[in-house]
Amino acid sequence: MEQILANGIYLGAQYAMIALGLTLIFALMNVLNFAHGQMYVLGGFVTYTFYGQLGWPFVLALLASCITLAVLGALIERFLFAPVIRRSSREESTMLLAAGLAFLFDAIILLVFGEKQRGVPKIVDGVFNWDFRLIMPYDRILICVLAILSIVSFILFMQYSKTGRALRALAQDRTAAQLMGVNVDRYSMIGFALGAMLAGLVGGLLVTITGVNLGMGGPTSIKAFMMVMIGGAGVISGAIAGGIILGFLEAIGLAVLSQYGDITYLLIFISLMIFLAIRPQGLMGKPWG
Amino acid sequence: MKRRNLMKSSVALALAASVLGSTAWAENPVLKIGFVGVTSGPAAAWGISNQRSMEARADWINESGGYKIGDTTYDIEIVSFDDQKDPKRAIAGMEKMAQEGIHYVVGPNVDDGAAAVRPVAEAQGIMYFPYAFPKELYSAPASNAVLGMVANYQSGPAIYKYLKDEKGVKSVAFVAANESDPLSQRDGGVEAAKALGLEVVSDNVTYQVDTTDFTPVLTPVMRTQPDLLVLSGVSPANAPQLIRSARELGFQGIISTETAQDATVLREGAGDLANGFISVGGASTPEIASDDMKEFVKRYTDMFGEYNDESNTKVYALEYILATLNANPAGIEDVTAFQATMDTFEAPNPFMKGDAKMRYVGTTSFGQKRQIAVPLVVNVYQDGEFETLFVAEVD
Repeated sequence: MEQILANGIYLGAQYAMIALGLTLIFALMNVLNFAHGQMYVLGGFVTYTFYGQLGWPFVLALLASCITLAVLGALIERFLFAPVIRRSSREESTMLLAAGLAFLFDAIILLVFGEKQRGVPKIVDGVFNWDFRLIMPYDRILICVLAILSIVSFILFMQYSKTGRALRALAQDRTAAQLMGVNVDRYSMIGFALGAMLAGLVGGLLVTITGVNLGMGGPTSIKAFMMVMIGGAGVISGAIAGGIILGFLEAIGLAVLSQYGDITYLLIFISLMIFLAIRPQGLMGKPWG
Repeated sequence: MKRRNLMKSSVALALAASVLGSTAWAENPVLKIGFVGVTSGPAAAWGISNQRSMEARADWINESGGYKIGDTTYDIEIVSFDDQKDPKRAIAGMEKMAQEGIHYVVGPNVDDGAAAVRPVAEAQGIMYFPYAFPKELYSAPASNAVLGMVANYQSGPAIYKYLKDEKGVKSVAFVAANESDPLSQRDGGVEAAKALGLEVVSDNVTYQVDTTDFTPVLTPVMRTQPDLLVLSGVSPANAPQLIRSARELGFQGIISTETAQDATVLREGAGDLANGFISVGGASTPEIASDDMKEFVKRYTDMFGEYNDESNTKVYALEYILATLNANPAGIEDVTAFQATMDTFEAPNPFMKGDAKMRYVGTTSFGQKRQIAVPLVVNVYQDGEFETLFVAEVD
């Protein structure tokens, strides 16, 4: 039981971080960013390059991931999504753009970083072992703590900073926010950059545990969408709840159902379908409720 | 005026370059060889190492003046198709090859793709070289598929026997991804282990192929305390994480697989925890690599920036196709002539030291010669490099 709880908390924290960026972008711009998983992968590769290849301190490499993805996100919003949203009221236009971006990122990642799985040296050695009832490597514990701290910092930023308040206003009602003097274009760009930065941050954190490879983007996006659907699209607390729920479901399923083969995700998908049929808006309901 | 002159000069230069370029390229007729496999998504490494091996070898041949088959010297062109690990796409890829008049295709990389393309290949007169293990693909009445590597049911028993005899292994646990290839490899491995008298303590734990954290997956397996943990059909992307998780969970036994791996990936992903990991390789370990193999590795590295150890095995398929066509040039247009030649074909193996031969094998496993004789090189990973544990032959 202790192991399941620890695995659930660890998986939940990392999943929640992945979902945060996706739901933020959706809340602000009504964009389903199918390239979110690829942004996560890119963040991992940036940390791999600076920490694993160039020998920078891990914290600086992580910072480089955040900055790279934030700049990339800002550029993508300014030069791709903003013009498309301005010119087309059809939601599928941004969806197609996001899907195209995902393919583009995959191609760029293949060209620049190659097809191989990449990994970096462990940031902390050793394994916590409580009488074989709970085994958890120290680097996982550290990453879990950092992920939880990042989530708390993000919530505080959204709650109390001027930018956070502007972003929340934008998400609640774009027109009203504009009438109240919020520079909609500027904050849309900041919001997208923040969402991309979160993807870069979690990619950089997790590359120390899971490594990174070209093919991780698509599956990561699917999991992120699942978490957002569970919690409620566009709701920050919903994304966190969705991430934690998915993390615990996975940890419990893998521990309890292992003797029946790999049916954990089968059951998760079935449960999700039933849940969405009953509550299609997810747990937390309306955006920013 | 100056701008107009500049434009005219540029156009003239471009035309001249294209004419000269095409003249140089057209010196030899072109022989197209296809590749249909996965070069995107989580398993991209498998197909990309195939494609790049073919491209590196073709480039080397073309640079050396071409490949002589009968009285004609050909330049080799590789035509690639990414099937995205989707059987429907694999069929589309094989149809594309047929439309281009290609009779020899390397791939697909996985079981369902290889099974799906069989009707197209047989109807369109295409010989194909999958990296998939189902025996039905290579046993009569199937005729056009040639296994491009050593199957797990051939390498597994050899590895388990070695570990039983030399390392005192008595119990074994199997872990596999929840996909057709790894699952069938696991089942074959379980059968082989039981036949050798090993106790199989766990064989039902599987994982999603996109799993990134294997600690929860391996926890129940570690409780069974096996002497040997077999990662059935594990992809190079998952191997280091599985090894790392197993070691971090306190596993001190031996870990092995029957798939080819890459030493750099293991070093980066698992570091010293990967020491002692046993896998199946090709012919690039220093003990057996010939000068041609070293040259191939160098050219591959120059072309793509980094070598992939999986290519030690994947360098062979193109070489076999060309050498067999050389033995019987009628095969260029007629695959039945190629098939007839396979029974007696033999040529020096350019990638191994000594007097190793290229020949078709598989009679024991498939009842007909539908497998290329890639050396069964069992490697052990140690401090960033593979060392040869033992070398064996199939058939």
